[in-house]
Amino acid sequence: MSATASSNRSWQRFGSGILPWLLPLLILAGWEHSARSGLLSTRVLPEPWAVAKAAWHLVQTGELWSNLKVSAGRAFAGLAIGGGLGLLLGLLTGLFVPAQVALDSTLQMLRNIPPLAMIPLVILWFGIDEGAKLFLVALGVFFPLYLNTFHGIRTVDRNLIEMARSYGLSGWRLYRDVILPGALPSILVGLRFSLGLMWVLLIVAETISSSSGIGYMTMNAREFLQTDVVLVGILLYALLGKIADVAAKGLERVCLRWHPSYQ
Amino acid sequence: MNAAIRSSLPREVAPAGLDQPLPLPGSAAGTKARSGLAISVRSLEKNYGERQVLRGLSLDIARGSFVAIVGRSGCGKSTLLRLVAGLERADGGKLDVGTASCACEQRPDIRLMFQDARLLPWKSVIDNVRLGLPRSALPAARAALRDVGLEDRARDWPAALSGGQRQRVALARALVHRPQLLLLDEPLGALDALTRIEMHALIERLWREHGFTAVLVTHDVQEAVALADRVVVIEDGTIGLDQTVALPRPRARGSQAFAALEDRVLTQVLQQYADRPDAPASLEEQADALRLASVRWVI
Ligand SMILES: Nc1ncnc2c1ncn2[C@@H]1O[C@H](COP(=O)(O)OP(=O)(O)OP(=O)(O)O)[C@@H](O)[C@H]1O
Ligand SMILES: [Mg+2]
Repeated sequence: MSATASSNRSWQRFGSGILPWLLPLLILAGWEHSARSGLLSTRVLPEPWAVAKAAWHLVQTGELWSNLKVSAGRAFAGLAIGGGLGLLLGLLTGLFVPAQVALDSTLQMLRNIPPLAMIPLVILWFGIDEGAKLFLVALGVFFPLYLNTFHGIRTVDRNLIEMARSYGLSGWRLYRDVILPGALPSILVGLRFSLGLMWVLLIVAETISSSSGIGYMTMNAREFLQTDVVLVGILLYALLGKIADVAAKGLERVCLRWHPSYQ
Repeated sequence: MNAAIRSSLPREVAPAGLDQPLPLPGSAAGTKARSGLAISVRSLEKNYGERQVLRGLSLDIARGSFVAIVGRSGCGKSTLLRLVAGLERADGGKLDVGTASCACEQRPDIRLMFQDARLLPWKSVIDNVRLGLPRSALPAARAALRDVGLEDRARDWPAALSGGQRQRVALARALVHRPQLLLLDEPLGALDALTRIEMHALIERLWREHGFTAVLVTHDVQEAVALADRVVVIEDGTIGLDQTVALPRPRARGSQAFAALEDRVLTQVLQQYADRPDAPASLEEQADALRLASVRWVI
């Protein structure tokens, strides 16, 4: 009886290891099959094998790498500018009431404008060069970080702050030891939102106009009906998004080691 | 063993009577030679908006004594402690702690232990204990943790501790500062009866060893009688009863003198309760219903 139980368990382990991969593999196989049998036109969707070959070709010519570098550079520059500013302003308004009075209601108003609605204006202001893309990304990532930083600081447990004050902490040490760590979970949530938005905005910005980057690569390929390259671009975006998400999660795990949900 | 621990702690003033077996004080009279801060409160007033919380409360607490404060919920016990700790300002009257008048600024010789432990969840136990102190205080923090029996948990996160352990860490955190006055605001309210009794012994031991003045707010009359030299009942913003507890330590909770004192304090508190317009029964009925050894947590 215990033998069946343990074999059951090992089956379960095996199943939970394999099962999640089953559906994607089936889809991939079905896709490959229908592409080969001509059911699916290459114009619509090239076979997976062709996508892999196109990716390999792009790697060999160095195109993939250079475009990837450009796109990632734009994304992170936008994140650094917009996110950094959001963090800074969030800290400012969260920590200092006069700053909150002066800035917060304006920022809350601006946050209702979807960044993508700004595209026509952005093109008018910056033309179609780098500035436009950076601006769009920075604008998009600004608000999640700003709002969550502000909210995080405002919701730090008052009792903890009172306790720390009564133990003689004040000024910078109070911020460093109590307020910032208390706001950190919320700030990291903001960062994850920002990372998600960052890729979306970058894709849109690069698709509208650019002469380098993954968006350019895919739009260029579209003109020559190279659906395999288009697909490589799409998968690259997915991969980058995933990497950013994993990095953010890792950051959370490191920064929030103390949190009961990470123990 | 205790002597070894004590000598490892930096300390300017060794409390008198520390190294010989303590002739301990059933009464305030026996505590004269101890260190600690004296508190003098004169017609203290505190209002929150329209609500008068303390109305001319006067109270003197001798150096090194152990005073328990009981009273109905919302009668202003925490408010009094917060005033003494300098977390709040009085609206009238005079408050002297030690030599300085009015503990308005933060003083390292006064420590308040809150009802919830208030540990910083993002700092390890040892870092919580040495909060606000330089790196050089690490040995002292270790010693304080050893004092409360949690030395082996120094590197853990507070989230990994039980409620009683968290309170012990909070106690250690207060003790590293070598306070001359320790204010305890219902620190054991959330603990089970067994842990409470353990904590009573711990608090009493540390009080004897360190020689600080202790003011304990509690809802548990038995706890008050077990620990304190004096039990003070607050009602209507002033002192309703000031009962000296002259029992020898360690105190046997079952003894007759103990029960009589407990009864006395409880009757006073119940009287308050009976005076309320919405009180369900007369004082006699209440006192009968609550033959007191069985029910202690009526307040
Ligand atoms: N910050 C505050 N603002 C307004 N009212 C307050 C404030 N703090 C306390 N009070 C009021 O003062 C009164 C006394 O409060 P306090 O916390 O001192 O009661 P307590 O005796 O400690 O009660 P408990 O035993 O339930 O802890 C209560 O009526 C409470 O509503
Ligand atoms: Mg209270």
